[in-house]
Amino acid sequence: MSESERRLLSGDEAIALAAYHAGVALGAGYPGTPSTEILEYFSELGGPARWSPNEKVALEVALGAAFGGARALATMKHVGLNVAADPLFTAAYTGVVGALVVVSADDPGMASSQNEQDNRHYARAAGVPMLEPSDSQEAYDFTLAALELSERWGLPVLLRATTRVCHSKTIVRPGPPRGPAKPPHFEHNIRGRVMIPANARPAHRRLRQKLAEIQAWNETSSFNRLTPGSPSLGIITSGISFAHAREAAPDASVLKLEMTYPLPLGKIAQFVRSVQRCVVIEEGDPYLVDSIRAAGLAVEGKPEMYRFGELDVARVRRILQRDTSPEPAPPPGKPPQLCEGCQYRQVFECLRKKDCIVAGDIGCYTLGVLPPFEAMDSCVCMGASVGVGLGLRHVLPPAEARRVVSVIGDSTFVHGGITGLVEMVYNPPPTGHVLIILDNLTTAMTGHQEHPATGRKLNHEPTTRLVLEDLARAVGVKRVHVVEPRAGSSEFEQVLEECLASGELAVIIARRPCLLIVKRLRELERCETEQKSSHAQ
Amino acid sequence: MPNELTNIVVAGLGGQGILSATDIVAEAALRAGHEVKKSEIKGMSQRGGSVTSDVRFGRQVLSPMVPAGEADYLLVLAADQVPAYRHLLRLGGTLLTPEAVDPNQLANRKALNVALLGCLSAHLNIAAEHWLAALRANFPESFFDANRQAFELGRQSQQKTATT
Repeated sequence: MSESERRLLSGDEAIALAAYHAGVALGAGYPGTPSTEILEYFSELGGPARWSPNEKVALEVALGAAFGGARALATMKHVGLNVAADPLFTAAYTGVVGALVVVSADDPGMASSQNEQDNRHYARAAGVPMLEPSDSQEAYDFTLAALELSERWGLPVLLRATTRVCHSKTIVRPGPPRGPAKPPHFEHNIRGRVMIPANARPAHRRLRQKLAEIQAWNETSSFNRLTPGSPSLGIITSGISFAHAREAAPDASVLKLEMTYPLPLGKIAQFVRSVQRCVVIEEGDPYLVDSIRAAGLAVEGKPEMYRFGELDVARVRRILQRDTSPEPAPPPGKPPQLCEGCQYRQVFECLRKKDCIVAGDIGCYTLGVLPPFEAMDSCVCMGASVGVGLGLRHVLPPAEARRVVSVIGDSTFVHGGITGLVEMVYNPPPTGHVLIILDNLTTAMTGHQEHPATGRKLNHEPTTRLVLEDLARAVGVKRVHVVEPRAGSSEFEQVLEECLASGELAVIIARRPCLLIVKRLRELERCETEQKSSHAQ
Repeated sequence: MPNELTNIVVAGLGGQGILSATDIVAEAALRAGHEVKKSEIKGMSQRGGSVTSDVRFGRQVLSPMVPAGEADYLLVLAADQVPAYRHLLRLGGTLLTPEAVDPNQLANRKALNVALLGCLSAHLNIAAEHWLAALRANFPESFFDANRQAFELGRQSQQKTATT
């Protein structure tokens, strides 16, 4: 590959390419828009990529790799970092000896998410350095830089991207591959990595000391680019907002912050003083503007109405004009729906017919909330259907409680539903409970990724399959049914009726492959059979 | 060379090949030596909902998103979706819809997206070789002949329009 080669890559692909070029020895994650393609592309390139059951496990596996001196990458969508927050906060104390880069792909505007939380807060809250690329070239460059920074300071580094960075394609000129400096090797460091209070107290002080050093370093680092312009208007921005701001105000002076934690407050102060009016343009929460104001600098933020949704050129123009008049609402498009012929249609028809109270979950099947089904009463986070359903069962009067069901997809169940199932058996509601696992043998919503219960790895190679019905029985559920919902069959409805009437704990696994993967499944099964028979010979 | 930024929006419903259409426009523009950016929202695209994707090319491209009312070209692959997207087009911009091509003349009806790219290509200053190379690179080789036929059909439809 020549250094001058121009390639059109998405931000996700650029992150993957950089990870590959940097010799990342382990990439782990859980699928989630807009982060999913990072590990898929990393795997296509030949990088060692894996899906973990959830983001917490992915980050822990990556942390272990980094304890062993390797370069590791953990990828997830913004809400995934909530799940992985526990290891992140203490990994900031332990630090790493290899490199650990955590990619958080945020979704302002919620193209495909349940909230639009701004994960820049995590960098400050956990105390880990953060880089924010604004296009694919920077996604490539900053991934390399994040790995090097992580090694240099011995800290996990957060690479925070957003939908428009992850899913936009822009030109990248990749550099030559350059692997890690040293091979993995274990060195004991009990005080550094065993976070009992006696070790954690000095570790916290070490972390704050490192962050102070990084802040000083960031004042003169090669990050944080100044685009000179008119002194009458200065813009401080980061990430994709930089592109919008440059287009909306081509004459303005612009300070683009690239390492946005710890902030180079000296450099920012100098910039603020150099312009007459200084406006902070950032998507989402007032993260930069609050930090800059807390440092005693007078800067203008955006009106509250622009906290919601993505920014674009038109909205940045409005912010600069201090325009708070109502924005024109775009004409409605067509909402997505459950595929024609999807087996879940039958499930939601039944739930509607029986007037069930449905604690729902995250996946394609969340579309069961839309007409004509409207058969979902809550959707909060991965796995919440189980706990929420149980909570309802515990407090509602028996006549209502008996109508409560929890509905969760196969991948979501493995991700966040298993502990809920344990809770169900440990603290059973007086009226029992019905958990329906919609098992379509894939993670459909994000584009059909494998997971532990498919029995295949990220690259579709076979591995040990987690058998959901065995798991349910093993935790102590007596009524476990596996049903194939299909047109013309009333089996699912009968089983549901029976379970609801029993007043016991029940798990119904509604299993049928997503019709969009049937062809691929057949092909995979054919290959596996051929391999088995050739081994047998 | 002035920075004549070209703004293209492709819209329609999930499954119509909108994202591959903008991949091809972007790659053709890249091959023609332009600075290019492409953007898309695809979270739920496989479930039949609305999908849009933007391509911008020129000497310098800043935001990857085409601002509403600034699209020079709007391709809408589902005729009934035109009202939902018309506001994206600038005054005097070009709207291209499936009506531009006769579906009965397509060797493969699924190649409607490519036929509309053919229409678009007649308006843009990007050599046909770059379009064909992009088509070849973005689809399996076995689709190439049908795609080339669809592309030519669309391209010729616009040349007829231009001469009448």
